[in-house]
Amino acid sequence: MQIPIEYYLILSAFMFIMGIVGVLTRRNAIIVFMSIELMLNSANLTFVAFASYMGNTIGQLFVFFVMAVAAAEAAIGLAIILALFRNKMTLNIDEVNILKW
Amino acid sequence: MINNAQEFYNALPILIIGTGILISLLIEIYAEKRKIFQPWISIIIFIAAGSYALLSIEQKSTLFMNMLATGGNVNVFYFIFTFGAAVVTLLSINYLKKYGANYGEFYILVQLSVLGMMLMAGAKDLIVIFLGLELMSVSFYALAGINRKRLKSNEASLKYFLLGAFTTGFTVYGIALIYGTVGSTSIDLIAEKFIELSNNFLFITGLLLFFIGFSFKIAAFPFHMWVPDVYQGSSTTVAGLFSTGGKAAAFSAILITLGALFTAGGAHTFTPYLAVLAVLSMLYGSIVAIAQSDIKRMLAYSSIAHAGYLIIGLAAGNYQGIAGIIFYLAAYTFMNLGAFGIVSLIEGEEEANLDIKSYAGLAAKYPMLAALLSICMFALAGLPPLAGFFGKYYIFIAAIKADLTWLAIVGVFSSAISVYFYLRIVVLMYFKESEKDFVVAHNSTGLLAVIISVLLVIVFGVAPGTIINLISSFL
Repeated sequence: MQIPIEYYLILSAFMFIMGIVGVLTRRNAIIVFMSIELMLNSANLTFVAFASYMGNTIGQLFVFFVMAVAAAEAAIGLAIILALFRNKMTLNIDEVNILKW
Repeated sequence: MINNAQEFYNALPILIIGTGILISLLIEIYAEKRKIFQPWISIIIFIAAGSYALLSIEQKSTLFMNMLATGGNVNVFYFIFTFGAAVVTLLSINYLKKYGANYGEFYILVQLSVLGMMLMAGAKDLIVIFLGLELMSVSFYALAGINRKRLKSNEASLKYFLLGAFTTGFTVYGIALIYGTVGSTSIDLIAEKFIELSNNFLFITGLLLFFIGFSFKIAAFPFHMWVPDVYQGSSTTVAGLFSTGGKAAAFSAILITLGALFTAGGAHTFTPYLAVLAVLSMLYGSIVAIAQSDIKRMLAYSSIAHAGYLIIGLAAGNYQGIAGIIFYLAAYTFMNLGAFGIVSLIEGEEEANLDIKSYAGLAAKYPMLAALLSICMFALAGLPPLAGFFGKYYIFIAAIKADLTWLAIVGVFSSAISVYFYLRIVVLMYFKESEKDFVVAHNSTGLLAVIISVLLVIVFGVAPGTIINLISSFL
């Protein structure tokens, strides 16, 4: 029995909202960043679900680009977080407030 | 795939920058004395790509299996990005030395971000827009934190990164929904199916999420909270690049998608949403800028207000609006780079002289700098006969033609408010006594960069008709 496309869409929308809630409520820079990755992965799930539903490969191709970009973003992001940690010794984004937020 | 020699020549601006990045990387690894000639090589690359883009402006074509467009207004955008980045590089040579952050990777990152902007401006497919956007943004996150020993710089880059990656999530999810309903990521196909799908909930949600992602990059009102902090915390020259190149690139991508929808007959679907965004950005930016005492934060809020004026052109939804936006972006890039350039010249070590009060009495000590900054401020305020005035004029005319006269009136009202905080700087420089004594270090490359941008602002102001006719002829 084939699982209907709606199930995938609801799951990915749920993941996306979880990601948004995580970004808005968590205060540790690394966890905020993980929530952002969750948002990107929910988009990936949507892409592959649609691609297999429509029998069209563009969506699967897009997922590879999104994963590559997410990897590049992780590299830059962790470098930035590390540079901040060296100077400030904290990862709490509420304490990062010399500039008016 | 490149099928013949002509297509290869049409893609040359992008290929020059791409090759330039590889050459600069090799120089960074192997060459002796790289610190001296690395910036000059990247300036030569920018000018070569930009001049070639201007020369081949008539060659309209699509390349790489309908992925990338060249010629016409795409090349106008290439000119804006490359010359803007050349000015930023020229400004940065001595600025980075002042902070002991003269790393070679700075110039390579600027080139990478320009390549990303060019991909966005030429895109015919959402994949290319996404890749260009991310190439630009990832380079920008690193550029914001280039001064890595300074806590302010770290903080700016962390805020930019977290909020930027957050909105990337919106953009990608939006693209996924658009792909799911249309069955393709090609912009032409999306525009073809636009009328048919305009009642489809998933499709409209996807488009809105996609535009939310870009509203962040252009610094429009509800998504503006990163702008003042990032501009204040990162190096002044880099902030100049964010506010000009980054904004122009995001607008180019919006113009590509919305422009395709306009031709498909969906011109006025988004007008109410865009009009609200425009009014909020203009008024918020202009009013809050009055209260700022730090000149970089003032310029940041003015950049939010300028995003508002540009969105009026989108809300108008006609070809005059698009031509006006492109002209305004060209003018805004150089007047804002001039302003940020002078701020970076006057800025002393350890971020001294960034307070607006430091500008008091500047005209007596440095008449040249004061005159150049006054021209930039008059242009930003939109006083005739400078470039900023004609940019606003074309956009407001487009709004009136689209029966959005009330929006044009709000725009005029908001630019009247903004005259106050721009002219305050001029008044301080010419009519007030100097409060503290400081010496502006001699910086010939920086001064040259500022003079080039001011000359371009004057040229755009003297001959706006020729340029706007050229832009309109490609629409």
